[in-house]
Amino acid sequence: MSVPEQLRYSEEHEWVAGLDNEDRIVTVGITQHAADALGEIVFLELQPGEGDTVEAGEACGEVESTKSVSDLYSPVSGEITAINAAVIDEPKVINDDPYGEGWIFKVRITDEPGDLLDAAAYDKLTEES
Amino acid sequence: MSADPTPKKTPLYDVHAALGANLVDFAGHLMPLRYASETAEHKAVRTGAGLFDLSHMGEIFLTGPQAAAALDHALVGNITPMAVGKARYTMICAPDGGVLDDLIVYRLAAETYLVVANASNVAVVRDALVERAKDFETEVDDRSDAYALIALQGPDAQDILLRFTEAPLPELKYYAILSGTVAGVDALIARTGYTGEDGFELFVAAADAVKLWNVLAGVEGVVPSGLSARDTLRLEAGMPLYGNELTAETTPFEAGLGRVVKFEKSGDFVGRDALAARAEAAAGRRLVGLVARGRRAPRKGYAVVGPDGTPCGVVTSGAPSPTLGKPIAMAYLDASVPEDTSELAVDVRGRHEPVDVVALPFYKRS
Repeated sequence: MSVPEQLRYSEEHEWVAGLDNEDRIVTVGITQHAADALGEIVFLELQPGEGDTVEAGEACGEVESTKSVSDLYSPVSGEITAINAAVIDEPKVINDDPYGEGWIFKVRITDEPGDLLDAAAYDKLTEES
Repeated sequence: MSADPTPKKTPLYDVHAALGANLVDFAGHLMPLRYASETAEHKAVRTGAGLFDLSHMGEIFLTGPQAAAALDHALVGNITPMAVGKARYTMICAPDGGVLDDLIVYRLAAETYLVVANASNVAVVRDALVERAKDFETEVDDRSDAYALIALQGPDAQDILLRFTEAPLPELKYYAILSGTVAGVDALIARTGYTGEDGFELFVAAADAVKLWNVLAGVEGVVPSGLSARDTLRLEAGMPLYGNELTAETTPFEAGLGRVVKFEKSGDFVGRDALAARAEAAAGRRLVGLVARGRRAPRKGYAVVGPDGTPCGVVTSGAPSPTLGKPIAMAYLDASVPEDTSELAVDVRGRHEPVDVVALPFYKRS
């Protein structure tokens, strides 16, 4: 499965878009690989709200599918500037379009992001799993 | 139990892979969890027809003049009175009354019985049957690898199958079996299933599985369906799953299935004394249905808690119900929980989500 070249990835299967943005606001979602592994997502909850801070690598919410529940981790540290109300309302959008309409939240990053993977490295990670 | 770490492939493995199935190791077999959307697969079975590969299940044959007597001794059910062509849901219990597996027994001929066991328990069931049948005039033959099992389930199942067989399906009753030909393939055709819908289970030679699957999958409206849909279908239908509602620590009575234990049959059977004692004491925990008021699904292993937050039960299965549109679960409640309680919650990862206790099943076909 090929993953979008322009994104960066965490080992917990989140993607990050816009790391080069001048306003330092990045968009976060979960990967197709994660969405496929979870199955149909029926519930999504973010514990912090807009204006709250998140830490890279810390759990910041839960994703519940027909088969399981998983923690959602923030791949970056910073302040949440937006949450995608459309996916909270209808989480299945994440299955249908994980890299587009299925984005989950936006963060104004404060710390330099740590060890995010490029597309090739993330591809390799998911092939091994 | 086999210690072989490499999961087996069913005769339909290549078909699943070509369909893009999400294949997982289930009880030592690589099985399709879902092909695309498990919710769509679930709904296809409720409204049309779904096609399942169940070749991981075990087929154990007992043949001989004392096959029925051996089964009467080995199982909790009453096998001798079964007519040829009938099926029965039953269980095999340990001497202490704990459930080793739940089974369907089919009487194929005067002296031939087919015992269908759960994939995870085939070795346990086979070994127990061999041991328990040793003083009877019968052969026990595990032919699980020689057979594929394909299920066509849903309200359209009969009409679809009739296009490919001359077998008198309209006369075949629920929990009955006949042998026939489907799409040119010799099959044992059983009107049984694990979905809460009408449907058929087709036992065929492993070598014929792909041919039969492709014919049925080629019918418009037939949706290949995976284990994920099978699990939510059986949960809605209130059917127990071995490893969840039924375990070696559980008696049939606790699971609300005491009716399968036939104390009235003549002769001794393995577990009789322990089961008699545990039937008396079965005012212990009980299996109930739960419907969540919120959107969070109770899951296997989650605690059921009372009004003061004290644990008073445990969830055995739970999932969002595609038919009801809300999360449902089965759970064992302690005897101390009043019958008319309305104050229960499930501890969903630290949060107490309110649930209502309901009668099983959650779904019954009209």
